Amino acid sequence: MKCSVSTLAAILCLVAAALLPTAAEAQITIPTPTITPPTVTVPSVQPPSVTMPSTQPSATQASTSASGYPYKLAPLPYDYSALEPYIDAETMKLHHDKHHQSYVDNLNKAIEKYPDLQKRSPEQLLRDLKQIPEDIRAAVRGNGGGHVNHTMFWEIMKPKGGGEPAGPIAAALRTNFGSFDAFKTQFNEAGTKRFGSGWVWLVSNPGGKLEIVSTANQDSPITDGKYPILGNDVWEHAYYLKYQNRRADYLGAWWNTLNWDEINRRFQKASTGL
Amino acid sequence: MAHTLPPLPYDENALAPYVSAQTLSFHYGKHHTGYLNNMNKAIAGTELESLSLVDLIRTVAKNVEQKTLFNNAAQVWNHTFYWNSMRPGGGGEPGGTLGELIKDSFGSYDEFKKQFITAGTTQFGSGYAWLVKDGEKLVVTKTPNAETPLTDESKVPLLNMDVWEHAYYLDYQNLRPDYENAFADNLINWEFAEKNLERVFAG
Ligand SMILES: [Fe+2]
Ligand SMILES: [Fe+2]
Repeated sequence: MKCSVSTLAAILCLVAAALLPTAAEAQITIPTPTITPPTVTVPSVQPPSVTMPSTQPSATQASTSASGYPYKLAPLPYDYSALEPYIDAETMKLHHDKHHQSYVDNLNKAIEKYPDLQKRSPEQLLRDLKQIPEDIRAAVRGNGGGHVNHTMFWEIMKPKGGGEPAGPIAAALRTNFGSFDAFKTQFNEAGTKRFGSGWVWLVSNPGGKLEIVSTANQDSPITDGKYPILGNDVWEHAYYLKYQNRRADYLGAWWNTLNWDEINRRFQKASTGL
Repeated sequence: MAHTLPPLPYDENALAPYVSAQTLSFHYGKHHTGYLNNMNKAIAGTELESLSLVDLIRTVAKNVEQKTLFNNAAQVWNHTFYWNSMRPGGGGEPGGTLGELIKDSFGSYDEFKKQFITAGTTQFGSGYAWLVKDGEKLVVTKTPNAETPLTDESKVPLLNMDVWEHAYYLDYQNLRPDYENAFADNLINWEFAEKNLERVFAG
């Protein structure tokens, strides 16, 4: 053991020297359960001034089950190894089965005592976050965001994906960013700059313009009235086993996994909702 | 003048199996070094270059436009502090002055440990759990990302635990509480924490 008192003193000296003079996502299958006007005791939701694409029921929500847990984790839409070599199977398994599952479990737990909220899709919870009771707001923000963000994440990727975008999104990216390459560069830069845990997004803002934003932790653009068309998870758990500190390499490789059909579907949903 | 990092206070494999050599190699060699290089680049040729690390952190903390520099500088300090908060053969209940203080402040060592682990587990995203001296009492706190008790001069940091995923993902993956338990039971450097009781963190 090297931590004898005298070594410790030496360590402290070094520390002192240093101190001193130098000195989450869902293909938002947003349940559109005909949302019956919530009889929720929560202040009724005012018509959002921003028309967001209607939240249709999706993979993120199920009707309240007998167990009383309304939110469910959909199976990964492909094999854990399907995104190799860009994202490894072990990462996919942990990310989906452990991280995403725990967001779902914690969201269910958070709203356990608010049965009326359970009728809402997770996207609705995030959109109207200010109206969520304060004692569970942070939990809904983190875990509801984690659920919706990751659901989207799985759905906008696919095996043998990537390549140049086609369809309406391709033209929109050219119009908004000059070229697909310029868009990728800006997006990767925003992802690299996000300090700590978070996401980088392409969103449609309330005016219908496309923009790149990044959010901390599991914050969703939906809470800001913006619709996420695609997003990349830059929490370290998304890439650490394969890329360690090299987040930029992960951001670069990720484009090879994209499912442009699904991204076009989301883009059209954003456009029609606005 | 550019700042430098003190060497790790032990071998890279000294904390295994609780924190692996591979983790320490990336954490010190890439993350910590990366923060240092970013900080040095940002202050090169500016008047900030002449400040001590602690003064630099406290100075830029007051200016939101210098958030990126604050993040890098605070991470340089936080990580040096974190390396010293661990030692091979550490952890468990401390004796001496600190053992008494912990009993006075928390009621028992077990209660301290519970609060410390809860702080780390509930720090959503990236950040740290801390044991700090606040007046005559010890308290457990948590901070997000690079935030540090150093910017609150009423508090004296005694030890910290990095709960960024990079600190434990190679060894524990999603199981942050397993890492935190191993940290408390086998790694905490109580001698370092005790010396900090008397330290003045200043330029
Ligand atoms: Fe994630
Ligand atoms: Fe770290």
